[in-house]
Amino acid sequence: MKTFDYRTADRSSAGLAPEAMFLAGGTNLVDLMKLGVATPDVLVDVTKLPLDGITERPDGGVRIGATVRNSDLAADPRIRRGFPVLSQALLAGASGQLRNMATTGGNLLQRTRCRYFMDATKPCNKHAPGTGCPAREGDHRNLAILGGSEACVATHPSDMAVALAALGAVVRVDGAAGERTVPVTDLHRLPGDTPQRDTVLEHGEMITAVDLPALPFATRSAYRKARDRASYAFAVGSVAAALDVDDGVVREVRLAFGAVAPKPWRATVAEEVLRGRPATEESFRAAADAELEAARPLRDNAYKIDLIRNLTAAVLTRLAGEAR
Amino acid sequence: MTATLPTAVGAPLARLEGPEKVTGTAKYAAEYRTGEVAYGWVVQSPVPRGRLNAVLADPAADTLAVLWHGNAPRLKSGDDPELDVLQSDRISYRGQAVALVVAGTLEAARRAAQELRLDITTEEHDALLRTDHPGLYTPERVNPAFPAETSSGDVDTALAAAAVAVDVTYRTPALHNNPMEPHATIARWQDGDLELHDSNQHPSGVAATVGALFGLPPERVHVITEHVGGGFGSKGTARPNAVLAALGAKVVGRPVKVVLPRQAMFSMVGHRTPTIQRIRLGAEPDGTLTAIDHQATEQTSRLFEFAEQTTVVTRHMYAAPNRRTGHRLARLDMPTPRWMRAPGEAPGMVGLECALDELAERLGIDPIELRVRNEPAVEPETGVPFTSRHYVECLRAGAERFGWAGRDPRPRQRRDGDWWIGTGMAGATYPTMAQPSTARVRALADGAFEVAIGATDLGTGARTILTQIAADALAVPVERIRIRIGDSTLPKASVAGGSSGSASWGWAVTGACRELRASGRDEATFDSSELVQHQEKDGRHAFGAHFAEVRVDAVTGEVRVSRLFGMFAAGRILNPRTARSQLLGGMIMGMGMALHEEGVLDPAMGEWVNHDLAEYHIPVHADVEDIDAAWLDEHDDRINPMGSKGIGEIGIVGSPAAIVNAVWHATGIRVRDLPVRLDKLLSLLP
Repeated sequence: MKTFDYRTADRSSAGLAPEAMFLAGGTNLVDLMKLGVATPDVLVDVTKLPLDGITERPDGGVRIGATVRNSDLAADPRIRRGFPVLSQALLAGASGQLRNMATTGGNLLQRTRCRYFMDATKPCNKHAPGTGCPAREGDHRNLAILGGSEACVATHPSDMAVALAALGAVVRVDGAAGERTVPVTDLHRLPGDTPQRDTVLEHGEMITAVDLPALPFATRSAYRKARDRASYAFAVGSVAAALDVDDGVVREVRLAFGAVAPKPWRATVAEEVLRGRPATEESFRAAADAELEAARPLRDNAYKIDLIRNLTAAVLTRLAGEAR
Repeated sequence: MTATLPTAVGAPLARLEGPEKVTGTAKYAAEYRTGEVAYGWVVQSPVPRGRLNAVLADPAADTLAVLWHGNAPRLKSGDDPELDVLQSDRISYRGQAVALVVAGTLEAARRAAQELRLDITTEEHDALLRTDHPGLYTPERVNPAFPAETSSGDVDTALAAAAVAVDVTYRTPALHNNPMEPHATIARWQDGDLELHDSNQHPSGVAATVGALFGLPPERVHVITEHVGGGFGSKGTARPNAVLAALGAKVVGRPVKVVLPRQAMFSMVGHRTPTIQRIRLGAEPDGTLTAIDHQATEQTSRLFEFAEQTTVVTRHMYAAPNRRTGHRLARLDMPTPRWMRAPGEAPGMVGLECALDELAERLGIDPIELRVRNEPAVEPETGVPFTSRHYVECLRAGAERFGWAGRDPRPRQRRDGDWWIGTGMAGATYPTMAQPSTARVRALADGAFEVAIGATDLGTGARTILTQIAADALAVPVERIRIRIGDSTLPKASVAGGSSGSASWGWAVTGACRELRASGRDEATFDSSELVQHQEKDGRHAFGAHFAEVRVDAVTGEVRVSRLFGMFAAGRILNPRTARSQLLGGMIMGMGMALHEEGVLDPAMGEWVNHDLAEYHIPVHADVEDIDAAWLDEHDDRINPMGSKGIGEIGIVGSPAAIVNAVWHATGIRVRDLPVRLDKLLSLLP
């Protein structure tokens, strides 16, 4: 572990020195530092900034401060009532201890759990561009079927981010160049030839909040996660959905997939297929298939196609049933 | 007077060190304050095969020493090549210790280790076990000293003529020992003598082994092992951490602490070999077995031959006139497999008990009934009688407790919402062993007795049980026993392994206490060597039966174990509280073997790439729903003075097969490649 300096951030727009990193809950970054995968010279602790509030917006939306702990966000009555998919996703992740530490901003910015990325002694295009991706031929059972590239098939491991993608959340960012907003679905990049960059954030830009726009039908939303053991495991496939049904017909739907892509995968193709269609399991399966046409599975992860199709159908069928 | 004392043995005495452990005051190896300790960080090879030409350290790095084969003190080679650390340029597996960085702080040592440059000439490697591996050979012996092959009758003819036959191949993956406390040592040299605070299962063995490497007789090495946070066999002998710490301390002239990080637990401490098991069974229509053939393909390393005794269990489980067992090994550029809870029995009973379930299906016979019909009167291969065998009673009583009667034998018949539900069972067995040990007892002035034996308590309750045994042997309440264990200077005890600790140490403690009472003196020492040497030659085994109810999610293929129940006949249960805990622990580890645990090999890297507890899954609390263990009141006074058979391992034997068989009953899918995970089920579910 490289020696580093530690200081606390005094304002969100202060930026960062070239080899500095922001530290929030530390549940991922500190591990990566111990493993020698992350080697910052300076850690700038953002948890002392006044960014830990959850506030209702005049339009019915909710603003979530970047340092709101995952446990607090999951337990918030407004989230549980208005956006149950988000609360469910948070509680499906990690363990109680980790959720008590992990923050909203940090959760979005966690790195992939790709086993080659997590090992500094292995080649990885995220560590060092051009060194190659051993996962394509090696272990990729839990890596991407959507959005990957020759250079990288990492998956984003967050549960929370999948729910935020379905809800159309917007990330608020502050930095030396001023404030800006980024839809959560645009926050993470697809790897292409430059997998070393996970997100569109510039160095020194800080997430200050996540805005949930008003979405009245999100009261009927759900998250379902498949994993290799009953708890304390990353998803091997997950689905976040919100459904608005009118007289047996899909009026509006929000759908996102987890553990299948380098980013939380908003299933816009499936959503488009479903609008105006009967809210039946058959429609839901067909919609999932339309989205999954783009899937490019590797040797050991084609099962994710079946898994996501089944999860989509199960979650939407349940939500449709609740609507009746 | 003594007749009215309640017996301590058999009482559910709580673990004596429990309060210390839950308050954090119990000291584990790395927690001792030993002078001005320095920290060692082990540098592991990043390649599976090659030659280490040079180690280049930053001269400005804040270290006390960087040791490698180019500058490390010479060791006297012993019988375990994995302990000849930093002695040669040869790299035999990825993760092998190739250097030790010693620094004043852990952080500095780790940082310098990460920045070290290794000049390595890489060579082609071979890491993949396969049944057509050109290097497969039959070892002379399998662990610890069984013939690699046995054969009687004419298996091929019997199989060809069998009314019903199965021919199946089951695979178990590499499994990794992950006790909560990783391997750890603090080494200190004083006047040429060596002191080791070390986490292990055999302090006197570690003293002898490490001493020999440094040219010291065992009595000049003091190994202190007061508390151990689990071992599962991986701490049965000295591991490289102990030797590296001693080397480091010798060079820097300060005590050196080496604690293996979790990642190193997947390479340096010994794992269970992957196995590929072909099982062929032939039977009459009534279920009578006519032939059993069980062949295992498994791996060892280039450094050392360790031959997992996977098919040995088949030699004494069921009757059949024609039988054959065998083992073949491939030497790979991988770490050496070692002991892991129930070596041999745990993987072997996956193959045998799952194949029997398949045979029961083909025959249309209840799987319990099939086993009962093939119950042998004597050990099938040797012809010697059993000292006691209550397998059928375990099957019957377990079935009764579990509610097996009325089970629809057809698969995929029960559905509850999204869940397919099924039940399965499998047999269990483990050999009853004892090794020579010596114990000493002293009458103290205050009326108490000090009982001393160099045993170790891995967290299982050994300290407590020995106290109970001594109390009864001396006819005093347990409060008057002061037990001392976990130190190589105490009378020499055998390894805490092979489910033999209680029997071996209890035998010596009983002897010492009886001798004290008979002699009327205030100190007695007893060596059980002669008694153990002349112990019963008849077949000595514990038996049991596991029952599982699983549910399989029709949407996702996720498997959950709703119920797991084990019924055992393991001689006298010395302490029902600690015994239950050990049996349940074994069963949960069996659940992990069935559903979760797998070292995922990347053949190109020559490594299991999931080397931490986030990626290498073991069961968590949420995976364990309704679980219980019970036992028959078995009396066997021919095995040892306590009549105990050992319970540390039998829980993991058979429980994986019971779960795998239940998954078939739930879904109709036979997964023959463990662990059973959703990706292996999903596309086959209706």
